[in-house]
Amino acid sequence: MPQSTHQPLGGKLLTKPFLFFALLFAIAVYFLATRFMFGLGSVTNLNGGYPWGVWVVVDVIIGTAFGCGGFAMALLVYIFNKGEYHPLMRPALLGGLFGYTLGGMAVIFDLGRYWNFYNLLLPWYAQPSSVMFEVALCVMAYILVLWIEFSPAFLERFGLTNAKQKLKRFLYIIIALGVLLPTMHQSSLGSLLLVMGSQLSPLWYTAWLPLWFLLTAIAMGYGIVILESTLVTNAFRLPSEQRILSKLSPIVGWLLAVFLVLRFVDLLIRGQIAPMFAAEMNASMFWLEILVFAIPTVILLSPARRTSQQQMFLAALLLLAAGSLYRINAYLVGYEPGNGWSYFPSAPELMVTIGVISLEIMLYLVFVKKLPVLHGTRPA
Amino acid sequence: MDKSRRRFIQGAAGVAAGAAVPAQSAKALRRENKPLPPNALGMLYDSTLCIGCRACVTACKEANDVPVEQPAHLRDWNVGVWDTGEDISGKTLNTIRVFTHGTKQQKDREENGYAFVKRHCLHCVDPSCVSVCPVSAMLKDPDNGIVTYDPDACIGCRYCVYGCPFSVPQYQFDDAFGKIAKCEFCQHLQKKGQIPACCDVCPTGASLFGRVDELQQEAERRLSRTPGDRYEFPRGRLGDDRPTHEAAIPKYKPHVYGVSEVGGTQIRYLAGVPHEKLGLPKLPDDSYASLSEGVQHTLYKGMIAPLALLGGLIYLARRATKQHEDED
Repeated sequence: MPQSTHQPLGGKLLTKPFLFFALLFAIAVYFLATRFMFGLGSVTNLNGGYPWGVWVVVDVIIGTAFGCGGFAMALLVYIFNKGEYHPLMRPALLGGLFGYTLGGMAVIFDLGRYWNFYNLLLPWYAQPSSVMFEVALCVMAYILVLWIEFSPAFLERFGLTNAKQKLKRFLYIIIALGVLLPTMHQSSLGSLLLVMGSQLSPLWYTAWLPLWFLLTAIAMGYGIVILESTLVTNAFRLPSEQRILSKLSPIVGWLLAVFLVLRFVDLLIRGQIAPMFAAEMNASMFWLEILVFAIPTVILLSPARRTSQQQMFLAALLLLAAGSLYRINAYLVGYEPGNGWSYFPSAPELMVTIGVISLEIMLYLVFVKKLPVLHGTRPA
Repeated sequence: MDKSRRRFIQGAAGVAAGAAVPAQSAKALRRENKPLPPNALGMLYDSTLCIGCRACVTACKEANDVPVEQPAHLRDWNVGVWDTGEDISGKTLNTIRVFTHGTKQQKDREENGYAFVKRHCLHCVDPSCVSVCPVSAMLKDPDNGIVTYDPDACIGCRYCVYGCPFSVPQYQFDDAFGKIAKCEFCQHLQKKGQIPACCDVCPTGASLFGRVDELQQEAERRLSRTPGDRYEFPRGRLGDDRPTHEAAIPKYKPHVYGVSEVGGTQIRYLAGVPHEKLGLPKLPDDSYASLSEGVQHTLYKGMIAPLALLGGLIYLARRATKQHEDED
């Protein structure tokens, strides 16, 4: 096994794309200020029937699934002991670091009584039967774990080899936690919906929700690794990681195939054939979701297609879209509060979400340019 | 198929099978529904007695100090005079809604008729809001069963709003420091020996306060009488000596809503039209909390499964890191 050669990319920080993202982030800051001064209703379209909107579903639930690259790669590299994927590990962790840290941040501005946030940590307020309680503690712990897992990059950057050696001695415990915690809370993001009962369409309401959320989160984790690797190696003209990616892809393909088959088995067992073919929005969205899952499954399982960088890129994009659509469907589209309530995010609400994603991209750029994250051959 | 791939698939299949077994027996995963508290207090709402005067809404606003509500699209129509809230909300803890059909000729009739219904918290026996709240802000009194809210505990995650099958808890979205608003059965008045304001002012006895067991008997008594018989409908609190409201027994639908729905509630509804028409959905007898808590308690019982998994992960991660000493 060759020595890992993580290097900072270097280069200018204030590029045009960076400033563009900074502008989007500034717009989000404006709307967030409005939210804190005048309440959630002044910025969002949230209402009594739809108390959760894009800030929860996109920023937190989809955002943390996008952050599962580190989790998915750690599963492969350290649990299934596939050292050859190691070069993808650190950038994947970085994606996870931002996905989760910003998801955690997004929780704060979505919480209606954010100043009481620390009550989650006070034992006398704890309510262990609540799935939300478990998710909250797990996510907080995992954010900490991610920073520790990623810290070798900082320690290398600042030449603290001694500290890095000390950290390495117990890093395997952190790595194990870095697999356990996302397994727990990503499945729990599905369990959150178990209490919805008849408020959720039978197309999505099943006792298997925790497993569906876990499987799709892992698949999305690989999706983000493929996407990121393709984007970064092209943008910064780094050596292509295509060979290693095409080795990874059948694993992801099989994971998706297993998920899709089980999904239909469950619908058949529960006798929910009729809702699949009803002339309703729910049925259309269900089939759209299945289609967007099926295309990357075919690409990733086809030996001819997965050698093409374009096809792989498309597969990764669609895979992420499918996982996102599944979450939007389960949390918003398939949810029916009755009483004539409806919800579509407002423009300012969407701008905040776009701003958070922009901040994520900006931070990513700063980190890969200043810290040893990527495998490079160029002198730093 | 190379070895690694086979191993991975075996692993994935194992995970899937492991999860599929409990998922298949979702029914078995449920914990029991919670029992009705020993001195459960509640309300009997008789839709056929309700005349839609909304005295209960005004009384509730006064008693709980919540403001008059005027949705934007009705604001021009009456300036600052009437409360025109259309449903319960962050500013409205109870309200009267009306079902109408066709020519709306006759009260309490499904065809070409209309009927009233009062919306507020049903104080479920096994409440989803209490089960989902991460910080114990929603609590059910172990003695009288009233579901209360503590704004000092609440973090405003609104899972209770999302999870309630009746869409009862409402967050105050138009307030920078919004709270969850919901009927707490005028606890503050009950502590002073009074009864909930809505039942206190109801002129016809449509909203009747009392012990749940006694209200249940009262509901069954009404259902057992022949339509057209004269009946002395109690008002205020069941068992008090307030003058009654004498009227004919109407044609009830033979169902007491609230007894078994989602594991039972502490409110009873009698109506002359099907309850679904009044926005009271058909719901199963198992509480939703019994499934979600059942699954959660099975997976996390004593943290044994997560700890065992962690042990396995530590072993594997240690082995992998040892083999690749030079990496991080």
